[in-house]
Amino acid sequence: MFTNPFHDLSGFLTPAVMQTYVVLMFLAVVGGTIIDVIHKKSGKYFFENAQKALKSAKRTVPGGEKVSLAISTVANEVLTSSEFCNPDRRKSHLLTMYGFIIFVVTTVMLIFSYPTPAEAAPGIVVALWHIGALMVCVGGYWFWFFIRVDLNSEGNPWYRLVRADLFVLSLLMTTTFALLWSITQGAGVLNLLFFVIFIAAATNLFCTVLWSKFAHMFFKPAAAYQKKLTKADGSQENLPDLGDLNDPALQAKFPDIPTYLGEKPPNMGLGIKRESPNHY
Amino acid sequence: MPTFVYMTRCDGCGHCVDICPSDIMHIDKTTRRAYNIEPNMCWECYSCVKACPQNAIDVRGYADFAPLGHSVRVIRDEEKGVIAWRIKSRNGETDMNLLAPITTKPWGTAIPKLADAPEPSQEMRDSQLLYSEPKYIRMDDGDIHTLKSNGLKMKAGVAY
Repeated sequence: MFTNPFHDLSGFLTPAVMQTYVVLMFLAVVGGTIIDVIHKKSGKYFFENAQKALKSAKRTVPGGEKVSLAISTVANEVLTSSEFCNPDRRKSHLLTMYGFIIFVVTTVMLIFSYPTPAEAAPGIVVALWHIGALMVCVGGYWFWFFIRVDLNSEGNPWYRLVRADLFVLSLLMTTTFALLWSITQGAGVLNLLFFVIFIAAATNLFCTVLWSKFAHMFFKPAAAYQKKLTKADGSQENLPDLGDLNDPALQAKFPDIPTYLGEKPPNMGLGIKRESPNHY
Repeated sequence: MPTFVYMTRCDGCGHCVDICPSDIMHIDKTTRRAYNIEPNMCWECYSCVKACPQNAIDVRGYADFAPLGHSVRVIRDEEKGVIAWRIKSRNGETDMNLLAPITTKPWGTAIPKLADAPEPSQEMRDSQLLYSEPKYIRMDDGDIHTLKSNGLKMKAGVAY
C-alpha cells in the first residue's frame, strides 16, 4: 500500500546528502536549544527557583523518592501529557507528539538503513512513516482550527499568524507536504514542488528552535519534575496544604470541616470545571 | 495590589479571563498566556487566583502591610468543597495554613432549574420587573401578595 518515498529521491540525491541533512538538522535542534536556554535565561531562572524552593523545604526528599518522582513524571507528564486540563487539548497533543516521534524515527531509519531501492525497507517502517505524518496532521489541524486558546477570546480568524505559530505551522507543513510528496510520487513537477516545500518546512522547523517553542520538549519534563519535588519536600511553591479531609487530626484542627461537611466530606462535584472557559 | 501571572505555569486555559469581574485578565496574543492588562483596575478579589487550575496567578501585597518576600496563596478545591490559605511572613516565622468549607451542598444543587419554569407571559416580558421579582411582588398579575398567600411565616431574626 505504501512505498518508501526516499527511494525515488536517491535518483538525484545521494544517500550521503540525505544523511548529512538529517545530522545537520539534529545539530540545529541541539544548538538551538542550548542558545534558547542561555538567551531566555530559562535555565538560570529554573535553578534559582529550585534553590528558593529548597530553602523553604520542610523535609529532605530521599534519593529513592526522587527516582519514583522522576518515573511518575515520565509516566504522566511526558508519556501521557497529563498536565493538560482540557481533554481535547490533551488528545490533540498526544496525537501530534507520538505522530512526530514516529515520523522522525522512521525517517531516520529509512534514510540511514534503506536509502536506495537496492535495500527494500520493511513495509511496517514505511507504513509507520505515513501513519506518523497523518497523526501529526490530525492532531495539529484539530488544534489549529478548533482548540487554539485565543480563537474564542479574541475572535481571531484561523489565518492570523504570529510568531508563536512558527512551531506548530512548520510542523504541520512538514508532515502535510511529506505526505503529499509521498502520494504524488512520479507526478513530475508537482511532486518536486511538494518535496521542496517539505524540506523548506522541515528546515524551518529544526533551525528556528530559538524563536519557536520546539525546546519545550526538553524543559517541560524538568519543570514537571521540579513541581512534584516541591510538593514532596513541603515547600509547595508557598501553596497551602489541603490535607486529607477525613483525617481526624485535620478535623480537630479545623472544626468547621466536620461541622459543615460532615465526618466524611462528600465529593462536591466539578464546580467551575462543569463548563469549559469559552465565554470570554 | 494587582494580580500577576507566572508565565511558566500558565497554560492559557482562560478560566481567569472568564471569571474576572473587571474583565482585565486577557490572553496575550503572542505568548498565548494570561496577563493582567490593567493592574491598577484590579481590586484583588482573588477570583482569578482561585479559579486558576495551575495556581499560576499570585497577588502582590501592599508594601505597608505585606513587605516584599511575604506570600499569601490560596487553593480553592471545589470537588472537596474547601478553600485553603497559606500565609507566610517575610522572615518565615509565621507560616499559617488555614482551611474552611466553601459550600455545604454539591455544586449546582442550589441553582433553580430555570428550564423547568414556565415561560414568562408577554406582559411580564414587557414589564420593568426582573425575572424573579414578580414571584412575591407580583404587580403585573393578580392581587397584592401577602406572607400568607405565599405560604410564608414571619420569623424572628434574619431569615433567608
